[in-house]
Amino acid sequence: MYTKDGESYFIVDSHVHLWDGSPENQANRYGKGFIECFYDYHRNLSPEGWVWPLEKFEKYGEATLMKDLFEDGYVDKAIFQPTYLTDFFTNGFNTTEQDGFLAERHPDKFIVNGAWDPRDGEAGLAALERLAQRWNLRGVKLYTAEWKGDSKGWKLTDDWSYRYLEKCQELGIRNIHVHKGPTIYPLNRDAFDVADVDDVATAFPELNFIIEHVGLPRLEDFCWIATQEPNVYGGLAVAMPFIHSRPRYFAQIIMELLYWLDENRITFASDYAIWHPKWLIEQFVDFQVPEDMQGEYGTLTPDVKRKILGVNAAKLYEIEVPREATVPDEVADSTEAVGSAPAVPA
Amino acid sequence: MTATTTSLAERAGEALATVDDPELGRPITELGFVLAATVLSTPAGTGVDVRLRLPTYFCAPNFAYLMVADAYDALVAVRGLDWAEVRLTDHFAAEEINAGVAARDGFADAFEGQAVGELDELRRTFRRKAHLACLERTCRKLLDDGWRIDALARATLGEVPASAERDSLTRRRRELGLPASADTPLFVDESGAPIPEEQVEQRLRFAKTVRVSIDGNTGWCRGLLRTRYGDDATAQEGRAAQEGRAAPEGRSAPESTAQPAAAANPGGAETPRSAEKREVS
Repeated sequence: MYTKDGESYFIVDSHVHLWDGSPENQANRYGKGFIECFYDYHRNLSPEGWVWPLEKFEKYGEATLMKDLFEDGYVDKAIFQPTYLTDFFTNGFNTTEQDGFLAERHPDKFIVNGAWDPRDGEAGLAALERLAQRWNLRGVKLYTAEWKGDSKGWKLTDDWSYRYLEKCQELGIRNIHVHKGPTIYPLNRDAFDVADVDDVATAFPELNFIIEHVGLPRLEDFCWIATQEPNVYGGLAVAMPFIHSRPRYFAQIIMELLYWLDENRITFASDYAIWHPKWLIEQFVDFQVPEDMQGEYGTLTPDVKRKILGVNAAKLYEIEVPREATVPDEVADSTEAVGSAPAVPA
Repeated sequence: MTATTTSLAERAGEALATVDDPELGRPITELGFVLAATVLSTPAGTGVDVRLRLPTYFCAPNFAYLMVADAYDALVAVRGLDWAEVRLTDHFAAEEINAGVAARDGFADAFEGQAVGELDELRRTFRRKAHLACLERTCRKLLDDGWRIDALARATLGEVPASAERDSLTRRRRELGLPASADTPLFVDESGAPIPEEQVEQRLRFAKTVRVSIDGNTGWCRGLLRTRYGDDATAQEGRAAQEGRAAPEGRSAPESTAQPAAAANPGGAETPRSAEKREVS
């Protein structure tokens, strides 16, 4: 719990990792390129004093993670989002099992999410069932740009993807976190395109689709879909750290999201260890839309911040929120589209 | 001789400045994506050797391919250049992209089995976005100057006071193949059809989100390029191409070539593999 100026904030960090990107685990140049790309994200958007040496960033371990999230970082509950990348890293970058074993050593601190890949076919469906049973899965993280042999990715609308989404529904896995990446089949199309989210969100109204990184770099397409699909959420991983280096851009992102979605469908995330939750949370609670933009966008209230920092994700995962950090229920304007044009205008 | 190569280097630089990042809609020279451009005399004639770099190792390969191919096409069209070589460095798919562009095979052949066509539709999608963002910038300026929404719906392009915003909007319309003369309506959709007055405000609201998105991505890419290659990485506008010394034996003398960020790029740029130059004239 984070308290500032008499206001309490219950913190759910919806996107954290315990990864091993060390040279010993890198299977090839892609693994090396991947962790270095993450490291550039980390160096580019972290404030001075928060940048780690590459060696630490590659593999930081359990003790560092526990201290950073729960001792220093104000986090009450962290959601592990696995990222397998077994084509890049010998033992995987960050698997459900690795997360799960750590979570079992620290009861009540974590939610363990799983993952699936439609290219695994029938065998993968059975594996998902076992994974769900073993770790009591309530959510999965999907990375559509994951490489698998010759394949450079997949779409949520692939036939087998529908089978897996049906299986999720059957198993009670309600939260589908989706992360788009730079590659996908076919490679000549825009891999970041979020149109497939639209289709599956309509087809599976009982599932929640949390689009990681709020669809960046396709914020506009994400907003357009989310305004029409009440079960589409925006995860703020990667968008959060702009609060430090580019606060005006951050204000635009967050206020665009509040315009097109509403305050109940945006969730905080650090993407730890890319960024540290402590400075993100402190800066977000202190943040206000710059004065000259308030006429256009309005302001951020403590209640909205409370929802984003924890209350919204707590609802998705049925986590109890302490009374002092709750927000009175109101009718959410999440079913009616803000956009009124008949078709996507871009 | 010197005068000729200097002006060739300038022309090569101008040619590169016409190449946009298709996703961001800005010139690759301004974004800092041109690592080096060197005019060389070889037995194959006078040519230009260009190295491109991108903000991350995993930048989308389709956009990367377009930039390499567009740079090549722009350089080949420069009068006085006998050959051009454009190579992407530090990228997971550099080998496929460089080989594909050099062989003029097209994207689908460069990524055999992984693509089902060329990149025209992708390019068009992002030209539509760029058009919408430019339309928003133009209209926002007009609204700031006291115009009303109904006036936007009725205005022609010629009624918009001259400005940088209007110029870039005109350019975007031409890129999309839309009419861009003074008597054509200002507020049109991607097919050139005028937007009815009652839809203008909503269209403008979405256009703003598109503009915020593109501006944000541009800033993110610039920041990552700086982080990857050092602080001066994007401060090389107008210095895209510089004079390289003609080597008597037909190979390059690299000490005078333009390498704007080589010092900040340890182990970055690959050594030019320029054994086989492409004939282009």
